[in-house]
Amino acid sequence: MRHAVSGLGLLLISAGAAAEFSGNIAAEAAIYSESPQFEDQFDDNLTFSFQPKWDGEWNDGDDLWSLELFLRADDKDAGREHADIREALWLHVDGDNEWRIGINTMFWGVTESRHLVDVINQIDRVEGIDGEVKLGQPMIHLKRYQDWGVLDFLLLPGFRERTFQEKEGRLRTPLVVDTDQAEYESSDEERHIDYALRFSQTYGDLDLGISWFKGTSRDPVLLPGFDDKGNPVLTPFYEQMTQAGVDAQLIYEDWIWRLEFIRREAESNDYNAYTAGFEYTFYGIQESVVDLGLLLEYSKDSRPDDEADILNNDVFLGTRFAFNDAQSSEILAGFFIDADNQSRSFRVEGNRRFGTSWKGTLELQTFSDIDPDDLLAALEKDDFVLLEMAYYF
Amino acid sequence: MFKLKSLTLLLCITVPAVGMTQSPEQKGLEIAQAAKAYDKGFTDFTANMVMILKNKSGQTSTRLIRIRTLEVEGDGDKSLSIFDEPADVKGTKMLTYSHGLEPDDQWLYLPALKKVKRINSRNKSGPFVGSTFAFEDLGSQEVEKYTYKYLRNEPCGEMDCYVIERYPAYKYSGYTRQIAWIDTEGYRLVKAEFYDRKKSLLKTLTASDFQQYLGHYWRPGLMDMVNHQTGKSTRLEWKDYEFKTGLTDRDFRSQTLKRIK
Repeated sequence: MRHAVSGLGLLLISAGAAAEFSGNIAAEAAIYSESPQFEDQFDDNLTFSFQPKWDGEWNDGDDLWSLELFLRADDKDAGREHADIREALWLHVDGDNEWRIGINTMFWGVTESRHLVDVINQIDRVEGIDGEVKLGQPMIHLKRYQDWGVLDFLLLPGFRERTFQEKEGRLRTPLVVDTDQAEYESSDEERHIDYALRFSQTYGDLDLGISWFKGTSRDPVLLPGFDDKGNPVLTPFYEQMTQAGVDAQLIYEDWIWRLEFIRREAESNDYNAYTAGFEYTFYGIQESVVDLGLLLEYSKDSRPDDEADILNNDVFLGTRFAFNDAQSSEILAGFFIDADNQSRSFRVEGNRRFGTSWKGTLELQTFSDIDPDDLLAALEKDDFVLLEMAYYF
Repeated sequence: MFKLKSLTLLLCITVPAVGMTQSPEQKGLEIAQAAKAYDKGFTDFTANMVMILKNKSGQTSTRLIRIRTLEVEGDGDKSLSIFDEPADVKGTKMLTYSHGLEPDDQWLYLPALKKVKRINSRNKSGPFVGSTFAFEDLGSQEVEKYTYKYLRNEPCGEMDCYVIERYPAYKYSGYTRQIAWIDTEGYRLVKAEFYDRKKSLLKTLTASDFQQYLGHYWRPGLMDMVNHQTGKSTRLEWKDYEFKTGLTDRDFRSQTLKRIK
């Protein structure tokens, strides 16, 4: 025991000696152009976030540790005010094996407009509707390199519930999701141990990934219910699911072709879904150093309309301007168009560096011609402009 | 007897090559081959790079990038760039497997998304992180990437230089030709001029503060690239060169990008 304690002390000292501190602190102001659709929703909001990270290595880089936190203070939307451990990880490299034990955030997949195969981490929904901000997931993860590909084995103890806006929040469901009433299909509830496997390999210009997941679905089924005061709410129900996924990317000349396909089986539904498309880049347009990328992706879901999610039969059209300047200026613009009912959402985002440590982001989001039956109908009045200034250290 | 025969044979082959009949194209190619052969066997190196970007009005911005390069037998080098500054791109990493005439394989790790992204490397002529260096200026210099023409010998500073022209043989280059000044002793690239697709002078590279490592390999301490058409310039300050550090293929895997510090 004493050995263990002094061993741990040594570990902390040696790790502490090499600790590096980095991260960012940001202020975000958002203004919504239309009166809210639901009672209590705000018209504008100012919020602050803080994302510090500490990390270090010892044993010549064969052992690494990292701790990354995320905190948001939000004056008006209690649902957005939250803290999360994005990473609290010990990583051990043993030749062709890499062990990751602790909390981690990872990303699988290739398509830009939708992330079907990326199911390890829960989405931090209050941080954005695109699902790219995620909550830290406890895991024991072994990555093994073989000549014929990379294998990932993941054991995922401990489930993270999705975050949702509270009643003051914009970009929410018509009825508030009461996260206190979350229920699970498994009697182990949030302690159910999930597992996942992934194979990935590069074949020349083709990158291929095949993945498999069994455990608690990160996507809750939202069921009607009542809160403790008798108000109608939605309650999240987390099913057990099995999902097989394929993701592929092929680079050919100035084209990048991308595909993600999943088969998901759960109590409520068995279905297939895919997202496929391309990005074509014009390098150095008009004799300048500006690159222009054009993206086209199509998403299809085999579930009936009323059970599918937002991107059930939708086309994504995007452009990406990379200015290749000293400030790393970039503009991304994207349209989602529902092929059934022509509901459209549009987002443009520009960002650049100011000085050496600041980064500014301006974002505009609109929803137009939304079909009353489309899931986007709840967001119809939520057009917004957002400005974020972040200081990096 | 056998030895003598092969020696005569060898003389028969090599004598014409140094004789009067050698074309400027052959001589240019031989210099490039000799330069590559001179640098062969460095195995791997690591270095820290300070990149200072300067615009027309003299405003500067700085990047700190750590470089790790692994020599690959029979192919282009593998190279990893780790960004430390500016702070908003800290932790961004770029991995390149360079190939001769084939397009390179390239991956980018984006720390904000925690995502490794395979990127299109065809954009050889694009600027590297907003600088006046293009990707093709910083890539591994393989002999077959160009065709050559020897122009002349002339003094370059205290050294004597071969002056050769080289014409990109790979697709998507931003240049029609380059003129390179390469010193005759250690094959140091001390100066290069870059001519754009309209054949006008676009950029000039000057390398200086050379140091010799392991008693053989020369590396510059400073590289200045001036773009004559935009008035922008970029200085690279190379520091802390270390050779034969023991890097292996394992340190250059796309999936290790996330963890590498």
